[in-house]
Amino acid sequence: MGDRYLDLVNHGFAAKVAKQLGLPRPVPLRRYVPGQPLVDGPLLVLGAGDDADAVARLLSGPAGGAGGPVLDGWDLDVHRRPTAGARYAAVVVVLTGLTHPSQLAEPMLAAGSVLRELASAGRIVTISRAATAADAPAVAAARQGVDGMLRSLAKELRGGSTANGIVLADGVPVQAAAAVALLRFLLSRRSAFVDGQLLTVDSEAGTLPTDWDRPLAGQVAVVTGAARGIGEAIAATLARDGATVVAVDVPAAGEQLAAVANRVRGTALQLDVTAADAGARILEHALQRHGRLDVVVHNAGIMRDKLLANMTPDRWESVLAVNIGAQLAINEALLTSGDFTAAPRIVALASTSGIAGNRGQTNYGASKGGVIGMVRATAPLLAPFGGTANAVAPGFIETDMTAHIPPVTRQIARRLNSLQQGGQPVDVAETVAFLASPAACGFQGRVLRVCGQNMVGQ
Amino acid sequence: MPPTARQAAARATGPAPRRALVLGGNRIPFARAGGAYARSSNQDMLTAALDGLVARYGLQGETIGEVAAGAVLKHSRDFNLTRESVLGSSLAPTTPAFDLQQACATGLETVVSLANKIRLGQLESAIAGGVDSTSDAPVAVSDRLRRALLEASRARSAGARLAALAKVRPRDLAPATPRTDEPRTGLSMGEHQALTTAQWGISREAQDELALASHQRLAAAWDAGFFDDLVTPYRGQTQDGNLRRDTSLEKLAALRPTFGLALDTPATMTAGNSTPLTDGAATVLLGSESWAAAHDVTPLAAVVDAEAGAVDFVHGVDGLLMAPAFAVPRLLARNGLTLDDFAYVEIHEAFASTVLTTLAAWESEQFGRERLGLDGAFGKVDPARLNVHGSSLAAGHPFAATGGRIVATVSKELHRARVAAPGGPPIRALVSVCAAGGLGLTAILEAA
Repeated sequence: MGDRYLDLVNHGFAAKVAKQLGLPRPVPLRRYVPGQPLVDGPLLVLGAGDDADAVARLLSGPAGGAGGPVLDGWDLDVHRRPTAGARYAAVVVVLTGLTHPSQLAEPMLAAGSVLRELASAGRIVTISRAATAADAPAVAAARQGVDGMLRSLAKELRGGSTANGIVLADGVPVQAAAAVALLRFLLSRRSAFVDGQLLTVDSEAGTLPTDWDRPLAGQVAVVTGAARGIGEAIAATLARDGATVVAVDVPAAGEQLAAVANRVRGTALQLDVTAADAGARILEHALQRHGRLDVVVHNAGIMRDKLLANMTPDRWESVLAVNIGAQLAINEALLTSGDFTAAPRIVALASTSGIAGNRGQTNYGASKGGVIGMVRATAPLLAPFGGTANAVAPGFIETDMTAHIPPVTRQIARRLNSLQQGGQPVDVAETVAFLASPAACGFQGRVLRVCGQNMVGQ
Repeated sequence: MPPTARQAAARATGPAPRRALVLGGNRIPFARAGGAYARSSNQDMLTAALDGLVARYGLQGETIGEVAAGAVLKHSRDFNLTRESVLGSSLAPTTPAFDLQQACATGLETVVSLANKIRLGQLESAIAGGVDSTSDAPVAVSDRLRRALLEASRARSAGARLAALAKVRPRDLAPATPRTDEPRTGLSMGEHQALTTAQWGISREAQDELALASHQRLAAAWDAGFFDDLVTPYRGQTQDGNLRRDTSLEKLAALRPTFGLALDTPATMTAGNSTPLTDGAATVLLGSESWAAAHDVTPLAAVVDAEAGAVDFVHGVDGLLMAPAFAVPRLLARNGLTLDDFAYVEIHEAFASTVLTTLAAWESEQFGRERLGLDGAFGKVDPARLNVHGSSLAAGHPFAATGGRIVATVSKELHRARVAAPGGPPIRALVSVCAAGGLGLTAILEAA
């Protein structure tokens, strides 16, 4: 799944030509490798107030606990105001105290002053509060202003840098586990292809890992559609993060599934997710073989594209059955079993097609939009157990599926995002792993896009 | 009270035997010769079957007590076939292995041998298996050419070397292809069975009905997802390639007989009621109760007992594949059981008539009295309990892989029956496999 254009414009003469012609110049993204430093260089924390101080303490405090509201510091080089000549790896702008749009100017202009010197693959993260109808108009304007500002800023960044936002729901402190974990995720290379996104932290639920490189240690995770592509990457990533993985796919894909299971040292479960007893069999396998079930990743999905005018019942029904019907039925089985109650997490694969729509994908769009609705309504059912359900919406990802798109269409589709390239399966997998981690229980029915800030949709 | 002889023997030889459990199985779909696995070696297929088992049970990097497998058609280079397959699999390289060969009983013999080691406390875990490829069968040179080549390699001068090679005649250059003919009679297995079929007067209709039932039952099992946790696809083959979903008594009746054409009686054996040449591999996971518990695996069945037998098909009156007709009565007598005590009876379908001649012998008063030394007939097998998910006629018969296929399939079925009737009386299966050379191997399994 090579991207020849990306290789070309990063070397020699072609790079110069591309620059002079103003052609897109995507850079190879840097991906997460366990054990590497969180960021390469100093961080700038902007904004005033207790929240900004708490964030700065978290980032700069000693590892292993510094006392205070955030126990475990990340021991990073943190500046509180721009220093001339500094090349920042990341800028965190804390905007939780905004009461009027005019207050955006100072911190954002300060951030702007360091953008030219931002390190490659740099990170901008805003932390703000959710705007609601209950806010005073000026407060809501300021809070919602962050949204538009952030999405615009993300489109200005180059060199693999990204800008994303943490939005705290009313009453959720900046030290909430999900907020802390999201900050780390967005600063890290795990979020390489997440750009221009804002994710709301709904509650203080969730627990932080004792080892940031193994947030899923001791957990058992089921991944459907795990034989290849994005599912295979999810299985590998969850296993790398410490999980014991039950790899599920249709019996016909058993050969590749066995290879995946053996590679991640998990178990293979050959199963059609649309079978009536799929949920029961998944649960039985996980409990009997591994003693517990903490995470279910609904990744299995199919595409049967046709314009609606030419749509056939089997194309429509099979897509809906696999992509959303099976998820609903499996969740129902898990929820009624009484054995999925220890901070259980569901992560479902949606798609940008389910948000922005895509010609020829009315069936697929319905199923993926359905996933978004499903997690929104399922999260409250899991919340009493300290659990949650969230969705990941991939954009253009380099897989066997997208390799079949005609070459010119594929080249265009790849560039239609702020990072000007397709994502890799591992980018989706990293986000799934993040939402599968115990800290993510503070997100309730949210959707996180992994699309490099695709031009379409929100 | 003085100890009985049995107690004394137990004391002399160590602790009483433990239970040996069938914990699961994995095979690759069986493919018709020259089909999907035409370019796969025995080692490739056995490794794939092992890796599927490892994936199903999460045994990556695990040191298994011992792995035993074998092949009937075996290349001389595969002198350590099982160990080499283990080294190529995801099992720990510290897993010992050995090869075993007992014609078509190879697969069942690996189960019996390893189960006995577990019962004796020599092993906690084991993997039994078998593999065969008729597509990648060894082709040897003729004996005359081989002798000439060996003589030439021993020669000390160019002249002597030339003299040795000069003995080679053009006809010696023809390759010696593997044959399944009986070395002592020159008859193929099919021709032997045709004699037995005629001897017992088995009709064409009865053979075709058995073949049809085999296909129908295997297809139903596939459709019900029964093999979802018994089979892992390989090289694009996702189901047994020999399975004919559309077969019927009419289609089977239309086939021309292929064996027994030279006999006085009508020839009844066709390609439809005989097993085809097949490629495939099968494995069975075995373990002690403590190993199963430590690895969170639910036992399916226990291997209770086994009995081998052989008939003098060269000089005697018994057919080549009739050994199980004698071994089963001995096995059941030793265990105080009759055929009625078995919920499932698995008789390997080398040919439909192999099953039918065996059943006929057991139902015969005369055979029971004169050959088995009983008061009358040995007994009758309820057809509803016979090969309930089909057998070799439908699945195909990669010689050494058949035993593993049968044991894993019937063990899963035993466990299903146990779950459906918890706490009830023992649920047993009888397994019978005939083999070349007049051999037979039979075993009793009991639901765990």
